[in-house]
Parts: sequence; structure tokens; C-alpha cells
Amino acid sequence: MDSIHDMGGMHGMGPVVAEEAEPVFHADWEKRMFALNNAVTAVGIRNIDESRHARERMDPAKYLASSYYEIWLDGLVRILSEKGVISEEELSGAVAPRPVSSPRPAMKAEDVDALMDKGGNYLADDGKAARFNVGDVVTARNIHPEGHTRLPRYVRGHQGVIIQDYGLHVFPDASAHGKNDPQHLYSVRFASTELWGPKDGTEGDYIYVDLWDDYLEVSRGAD
Amino acid sequence: MAHDHKHGDPLPETVLRVKSLESLLIEKGLVEADALDALIDRYENKVGPKNGAKVVARAWVDPEFRERLFADATAAVAEFGFSGAQGEELIALENTDQVHNVVVCTLCSCYPWPVLGLPPVWYKSAPYRARVVREPRKVLEEFGTHLPDDMEVRVWDSTAETRYLVVPTRPEGSDDLDEEALAELVSRDSMIGTKMAESPVKP
Repeated sequence: MDSIHDMGGMHGMGPVVAEEAEPVFHADWEKRMFALNNAVTAVGIRNIDESRHARERMDPAKYLASSYYEIWLDGLVRILSEKGVISEEELSGAVAPRPVSSPRPAMKAEDVDALMDKGGNYLADDGKAARFNVGDVVTARNIHPEGHTRLPRYVRGHQGVIIQDYGLHVFPDASAHGKNDPQHLYSVRFASTELWGPKDGTEGDYIYVDLWDDYLEVSRGAD
Repeated sequence: MAHDHKHGDPLPETVLRVKSLESLLIEKGLVEADALDALIDRYENKVGPKNGAKVVARAWVDPEFRERLFADATAAVAEFGFSGAQGEELIALENTDQVHNVVVCTLCSCYPWPVLGLPPVWYKSAPYRARVVREPRKVLEEFGTHLPDDMEVRVWDSTAETRYLVVPTRPEGSDDLDEEALAELVSRDSMIGTKMAESPVKP
């Protein structure tokens, strides 16, 4: 979806302000929010793409005015509510918590390191055949899906070159909406001047974006 | 994300809401308080940019490791015991005298946790995400990093589950340093690509 999270190239955001000797967390509530979001992953109620899509649907004005973990809070409440796992009435204490079932048990403290060392798996064994090869000139499709996508606006309609095929991967646009549709993921190189034009781009600089097969089409004018 | 919004100073209802959410998820048996503590401890104290610095220092002194790192970073980094969440598919990017790499996630905050830990606020901020793909040289200038005009800049937007680690160039005057001392020169920002590795302090 074309919302405020898709920021690449925007003007008016001001300077990048780096904090000296920045702590990992700035407050206890940030720690708890970080941990909640990661711990919930273990029970298998929502996947990473559903999680991202939930954050992207935050009210755009609020998104810009929120700190990072406030966005996480909004997203986690949103997705768990949509899944029927929690409700505003339970959160406010108006009603007693209703029991829920989950595909997997809660994360145990003693399993945290092993589970986090293992991580997730986003590769797929089966899926659509690759339509492109390394070296192919491609164009990022000019599409504007209302659902989740990882195709940033700033590359749509622009021509690039496939520099690597990362193999069959879970497709976020499907995975965020209860589907699967695994397909090849590529590293695609775009010239700065192609994306931003000869005046505002920089000759000889490049932007590399990881894009799925469905995001791409054979470039007009290319073989 | 707004400039006047202090990250440690949220609205009181935010703090309360996180508490309510934690209590509710514990009550429902979906999370356990001890596991939350362990997750916080892991990313506050155990997993951070010191991991990545060890990897880079090894790549500076050991040509065979360097080759393995650029061939398959996930496997090479696992030699140190670093692996897992938000680093399942690691890719190392080689800075040279001609090429400078810098990493971003324009859509949110993707970052190679096993080697760098959790991202700093600026990496997740609107200004960095909006600007570094369009004007990387200007953004790097703000970090005090001046790139010659004839150096190629490559910006990597982490839009998938691939996670990028920049391997900065080894600084001049570091020939006499051992691996451990070299790792001290490798800052977090040099592995994101907004800075160079630090120069050794002359005795």
C-alpha cells in the first residue's frame, strides 16, 4: 500500500540526527514492547509480513509523530485484534481476558537464545520458475496494490539490471494476506540518474533493491 | 519520529498501554515474563556491533576468511556463533578505494541483528530513510564522511529478508595491530556505511 512508511526519496524530513553513545533502549516500556513483539512470534499467530502490514496501516499523521516502538505497539495491538486474540475491552480491563489457543506454546526464558539464534526461514523449496536471469534489464512494474507490498514507490516504472538471484522466497504480498505464492527474489541495481533524473541523481552512483519476480517485467526495448 | 518527540518521554498512555498489553498476553499464556526479560538481556547486553567488529577484523587479517565472508556471509559469520533472527540471509558488502556501500531500509527498519544488534534511532528515522537513497553523499557528509567525486556509491535498500553488512576498508597505519585491536576500530556506523573505520590512535 502507498502509505507514509514508504519514504524513499521524500523531501522535507530534515537532517539525520544521530545521538552520541545511544543506549539500546531509551526507556523500560521500549524494552517491554521490543520483547513482547518478539516473544509473540514464537506462538505462531501472525507472520512477519502480517506484522509489517499492520504497522503500515497506522494513521499516517500518527505514524510520523510516533517514535519507533509506539509504531510497534500500534501494529501489535492491531494485528492481534484482527486475529481475534485480544480486544480493546480486554486491554482496558472492561472484560476479563478470554482464553485463546495458539499453534505453538509461549517462548520460555531458557529457549530464548536458541530460538533467536535459529531465526525464521523465508526460503521456499517450491514455487514459480524464475522469469529472469542475472544480467537481464528489467523494469519495476508500475503497480499500486492496496495490500502489503515491498516494492518501494521510488523504483516503480524504472529500469534496472538483475545482479543476483537469491532463489525462491516467501512472497510478502501474498504472505501478509494468508497466501503463499513463493517466487524468486533478485537484487536489482538502479542507476541514481535513472531513479532521480540527470539533474538530481548522481552519475556513477547506484541503488540496489531486493525485488520479487512479480514486481518486475522485461524492459521495453530490451531483448 | 518527529524531531521534537523525545524517545524516552512518551505519552503516559503509551506506557500504560504497553503494561496492559503485557499483562493481557501473559494472562492468555502467549508470552512469559521471564522470556521477555531474557530477550531484553540478549539484545541489550549480548548481541551488538561488537559481534560485527570481530567479523570485520577477521576479514582484514585472514584472506581465506575474507573469501568465505563474501561468498556466504551467513555461514562465515556463523563460525563466530552469530546467527538467527534478522540475519538469516546475510550478505557482506566490500568497500574498496573505488566503491563505498551504505545500507538502509526505506520501508521500516530491517537491520542485521546477529552482527549489529538493534538499529539506532537515526537508522529508523524518516530523514535517513527518505534521503539516503536520493542523496547519499549529502547524508554521509552529515556523518562527517567525505567521499571523493570519483568514488562509486552503492546504496542497499533492505526490502526483503536479506540483511547487509558493510565491510569497511582497513584504515591506514593499522598494519601493526592484532585482530583484537583492529576490532576496536570498527564502529557500528562503519558497518552500516555512514562512516569509515576509525584510524588508529598514534602513541
